[in-house]
Amino acid sequence: MKFTRIISALTLRTGTQMNALQVNNLKKTYANGVEALKGISLDVKEGDFFALLGPNGAGKSTLIGIVSSLVNATSGEVKVFDASVQQQRSKAMSYIGLVPQELNFNQFEKPLEIITNQAGYYGIGRKIAQQRAEKYLRQLQLWDKHDKISRELSGGMKRRLMIARAMVNEPRLLILDEPTAGVDIEIRRSMWEFIREINQNGTTVILTTHYLEEAEELCRNIAIIDRGEIIQNTNMKSLLGTLDVETFVLDIREPLTAAPQVDGMEIKLRDEFTLEASLPKQKSLNALFESLGNSGIHVLSMRNKANRLEELFLRLVDKGGKS
Amino acid sequence: MNAGVNWTGYKTIVRKEVSRILRIWAQTVVPPAITMTLYFIIFGNLIGRRIGEMGGFDYMQFIVPGLIMMSVITSSYGNMVSSFFGAKFGRHIEELLISPLPNWIILGGYVTGALARGMMVGTVVMLISLFFTRVEVQYPLIMISVLLLTSVVFAMAGMVNAIYANKFDDIAIVPTFILTPLTYLGGVFYSISLLPEFWQKVSAFNPIFYMVNGFRYGILGVSDVPIGWAYAIMGVFGVLLAGLCLWLLHRGVGLRS
Repeated sequence: MKFTRIISALTLRTGTQMNALQVNNLKKTYANGVEALKGISLDVKEGDFFALLGPNGAGKSTLIGIVSSLVNATSGEVKVFDASVQQQRSKAMSYIGLVPQELNFNQFEKPLEIITNQAGYYGIGRKIAQQRAEKYLRQLQLWDKHDKISRELSGGMKRRLMIARAMVNEPRLLILDEPTAGVDIEIRRSMWEFIREINQNGTTVILTTHYLEEAEELCRNIAIIDRGEIIQNTNMKSLLGTLDVETFVLDIREPLTAAPQVDGMEIKLRDEFTLEASLPKQKSLNALFESLGNSGIHVLSMRNKANRLEELFLRLVDKGGKS
Repeated sequence: MNAGVNWTGYKTIVRKEVSRILRIWAQTVVPPAITMTLYFIIFGNLIGRRIGEMGGFDYMQFIVPGLIMMSVITSSYGNMVSSFFGAKFGRHIEELLISPLPNWIILGGYVTGALARGMMVGTVVMLISLFFTRVEVQYPLIMISVLLLTSVVFAMAGMVNAIYANKFDDIAIVPTFILTPLTYLGGVFYSISLLPEFWQKVSAFNPIFYMVNGFRYGILGVSDVPIGWAYAIMGVFGVLLAGLCLWLLHRGVGLRS
């Protein structure tokens, strides 16, 4: 495993990294006729931190299911590093760690038992399995619960248990399907730190999430999938760079009955103490404050209406729906 | 995939299955022990005294092999169907499905788990029988091999049931409506020679009849059918069920979308 990490680090430095995931013209039609994937193609480079976003029912979980061999593809090919999921399933699976959306461990077993058993399925001996289980349970602040029945753990603990389980085979590709759903903000941030560190150590990470702030914070590259098709596949910076209008919410001191007019900006009155200002990217915030100041409006505080990625995501998905 | 990975994976499944059997011992080992004790008391002791001899043995001695076999069949089948369907229902079967382990290791691990429960229960029932009668094993190798093969066959039948089951009701249907009648009509409590000719011919289509008689031959040295037939029937069913289980796992029927 260490050798693999060194090779990963070297290839990253020399810029010749291979694809951790290669998806070619992948289609999936379920028995009930639902066409979940309509021929998608996608590459994820080794070492990447990749976001896979999309609304509910877009096909994200189907794609992850096919990559992890839980769903059979109708046609197309998926390769994990050098192994085809369809032709060399065992080899491909040995590279993957999966944190699924739904809880899928035996809730009557203990965390230590769950993780050491999972290690055994990857051919890891009992002694090393227990050492690794302890390491990851400690890193995810679960060690004090290692001997409790899993059913008694809180929702956040169960999610962290699935992350520890996915890490026990020290995968080269870690797939996280909404890992922080229902987790409080403090735990979520500590999970971000953990996953970021895993990625920095050479593991390729694919993340699906409904918290777009999470994707923006962590991921370098992104694909947006909608109705079984990839509608955007680029790096996070250039995607955010395409955001031409940003909307801010302003809390004001004195009540207003009508929105003020400011050249080149759209300002709406949300309620008597709140304004919503949409600014083109090239417009300076100083111009907005100057105009509001001239109109005798005192701004107490300001925040983004939505985070940047959320604005883009909604626009892209909305556009896809209308086309 | 190298042999070391497969071996470790196999051991892990077996360990997990055995620890499950021991963890819920009150559900896995105690009930057949109580049921079989009641059979020995009521059929063997109370009613058996009035029946007298069967096949040249005390009635109690005659039913010992059948009752052991009945408990082994029920336990092996029940272990596989409840454990595998439970894993499917709770979705933790996915832990194995996403692992690099090939299907034959998954099948082998679960079958060995069911075999372990079958042997545990069989041993307990045999020990209980010693409180009621004397048993001198005539052919130990035949006794053990028939017991193991029967357990393997019914474990695999349990896996087929678990794969197709969608709800807990579905795993009760086969044992209630197929397995129990076939076992009771498989010569556990009587020699086939007591039946009219027509029913003797019908019994010949019951695979459990051959297994019970094969086991009885191993213990008592008597059987209603040639021992070769028992091995042939178990062999054919074993190969067919193994092929079916592997095909179902490969296709992902009921397991992969």
